[in-house]
Amino acid sequence: MGEIHVMREGFLPPRQPPRRHLISIGDLEREDVDRLLATAQTFSRSLEREVKKLPTLRGRTVVNVFYESSTRTSSSFELAAKRLSADTMSIKAAGSSVDKGESLKDTALTLGAYDPDVIVIRHPQIGAPQLVARYTDAHVVNAGDGKHQHPTQALLDLYTIQSELGRIEGVHVAIVGDVLHSRVARSNVQALTLMGAQVTLVGPPPLIPRGIEVLGCEVSHEIGAIADADVVYVLRMQQERMAEGANYVPSLREYTERWGVTPERLRPGQKVMHPGPMNRGVEIDPRVADAPDALIEAQVRAGLVVRMAVLYDLLTTGPVPVEAVEPLEVA
Amino acid sequence: MLFGKAWRKEDLVVRGARVLDPAEGLDSACDVRIDRGVIAQVGTEVDSNGHRVVDGRGLVLAPAFVDPHVHLRVPGGEDEETIASGTAAAAAGGYCAILAMPNTDPVVDSAAVLGSLIEDAKAEAQVPVGFLAAITRGQDGAELTEMAELADQGAAGFTDDGRPLVAPSLMRRALQYHAITGRRLALHCEEPTLSRGGQMHEGAVSAELGFTGYPSVAESVMVERDLSLAAYEDAPLHLLHLSARESVEALRAAQAKGVRATGEVTPHHLCLTDEAVRSLDSNLKMNPPLRSADDRTALIEGLRDGTIGSIATDHAPHARHEKEVPFEAAPFGVTGLETAFAALYTSLVEPGLLPLETLLERMSTGPAKAYGLEPPRIAVGALANLVLLDTRETWRVEEDSFRSRSANSWLLGQTLNGRVKLTVAAGRVAYAA
Repeated sequence: MGEIHVMREGFLPPRQPPRRHLISIGDLEREDVDRLLATAQTFSRSLEREVKKLPTLRGRTVVNVFYESSTRTSSSFELAAKRLSADTMSIKAAGSSVDKGESLKDTALTLGAYDPDVIVIRHPQIGAPQLVARYTDAHVVNAGDGKHQHPTQALLDLYTIQSELGRIEGVHVAIVGDVLHSRVARSNVQALTLMGAQVTLVGPPPLIPRGIEVLGCEVSHEIGAIADADVVYVLRMQQERMAEGANYVPSLREYTERWGVTPERLRPGQKVMHPGPMNRGVEIDPRVADAPDALIEAQVRAGLVVRMAVLYDLLTTGPVPVEAVEPLEVA
Repeated sequence: MLFGKAWRKEDLVVRGARVLDPAEGLDSACDVRIDRGVIAQVGTEVDSNGHRVVDGRGLVLAPAFVDPHVHLRVPGGEDEETIASGTAAAAAGGYCAILAMPNTDPVVDSAAVLGSLIEDAKAEAQVPVGFLAAITRGQDGAELTEMAELADQGAAGFTDDGRPLVAPSLMRRALQYHAITGRRLALHCEEPTLSRGGQMHEGAVSAELGFTGYPSVAESVMVERDLSLAAYEDAPLHLLHLSARESVEALRAAQAKGVRATGEVTPHHLCLTDEAVRSLDSNLKMNPPLRSADDRTALIEGLRDGTIGSIATDHAPHARHEKEVPFEAAPFGVTGLETAFAALYTSLVEPGLLPLETLLERMSTGPAKAYGLEPPRIAVGALANLVLLDTRETWRVEEDSFRSRSANSWLLGQTLNGRVKLTVAAGRVAYAA
């Protein structure tokens, strides 16, 4: 019966109009997250059908603009839009007018001239999605802006935790590694605390931003702090963001020795997550990455349905159409 | 040291204003008569002598303002500001004199560049301008400029503003050598390896937004170093745009020990904190960055007790397209000449954080003294440098209301109280609302 209840949540109209943009987790209330996760769950059922395409967003246009390399985020946004029958267009900075020095404002105005319904943007600079939102009429989805936010990643992580552990409230998540350079960590701390989870950040002191505790998380510099966690969320060492000679850590060898997530440092049953791409043997031991308790592939699968839910939520105000979902089965 | 167009001096009478000159101990409703640009009479029932009469009833007449820190962008940045537009903006903001910074293209590091700026100022400046010259050639922090020649040419002081003087040995040489010029050395205090990549103040807000932090200690370690060197060399110095509590405390302690150090603070650091950066508005990006509420409190306290003697706008015009980019890609700097008084009156005086008299003194006498300029004053025989203020007028800051060529103001769209109605600079009406 509980399952039906969850299904029915997806049929309910949103209690308030959906937000026009998804730029930061800070844009969302708890009920928005509940609604998005329920919608994602509804879509996950539809994807079990033989024909996976839904007519929901037929005639809508989703433009993906990626100024940074990405495999899973760009592919899952594109597939999410296609699964919902939207027209999609993907633009990468390399090979576009950006190479010729076009400003983000002009790129936004150019793309806006096609009247897209949604612009999904990834950009290396904080504030790029706001700028696009200012110069176009499209709904803007932030697919990662610098070290600021990656809200759909946090939503898919919530979805994964909910699916695997059956709840988010009260779950203890330890986020381990390079928090300083991580938009994933920032979005996740906000999203997890919003949903009532307990968050501990673990890493070398220079890689934990000063003042981050105000977001409502604990901080530890000892890897032993992951012992109490239900979920160990491993961050990638963002070597490309580290300036030469910045000395955040003396060496990757010492980092791995001290903060690497190894089987010896985990309890049986602790779930392990990673936003990818992984540096196997640096922040995560390959045996951990390949163990049954690793939810890394589940995260990727969740990415598709959560991004479908986000696009759907931005573009519709009513319930999920009946034809969009599997018939109800009373267990 | 100040240069402007040789305007015809004017005859004028301002009647019935509250005449307020804190330095002269003057605060009374009376008339002020100006004969050929010079204050001729201060008193009641002053005969107009056929002069043009301005009704000052309900308004405040004070010594006009002096801005010790303006980027006029010339040479090289004429699309952003010129001497004509920058001084017109200054006049509209109530300023009778401004000092321009030398971080231009080319840098003001030779008598030739300085000489040509002085010629331009004589041709087009709406209010008198002083030009600071660089401390080091090209502001590269390697070789001292020819300070004696630059001073002879008319440099108002020396600064590498925009860049710190990194090498302590060079800082010491500059302190030693500049003494022969009698002009002030002004320091931009920033330890560049601590501020590297910094976009905003390092604290809870930067942690949440993900910006690389520019910690307050990047400023205060250099403030402390420069004050130590100034004490050792017994040389005066002026600290530009202070932003951190630790800097104010270091300056206060040095002054108590007898170091001849002065300091300035900007309106934006006095009115805002790093919380404002949450909007990601590129007009809130400046160097040094907006700091914490505690830093702001320390700056206001330092201004009130006189540790910080000057308010400086650090007016930094930028072309529109330069600021219409993501926050991280935007250049540092905001404009301020045309909004300084109203912003500070609204944010500090009205809420009771700073007396009006102190604000007026720190915008006028304080900066003039810091650079050894003749302070504007309301006294018979003084050259008329006056500002008439309506503290009851409310107005909205609009993009098209600026005389500056640039509109990168942190106050766009905001409603302020207090407005400049009339500016008399060097004996001439430079602005009338």
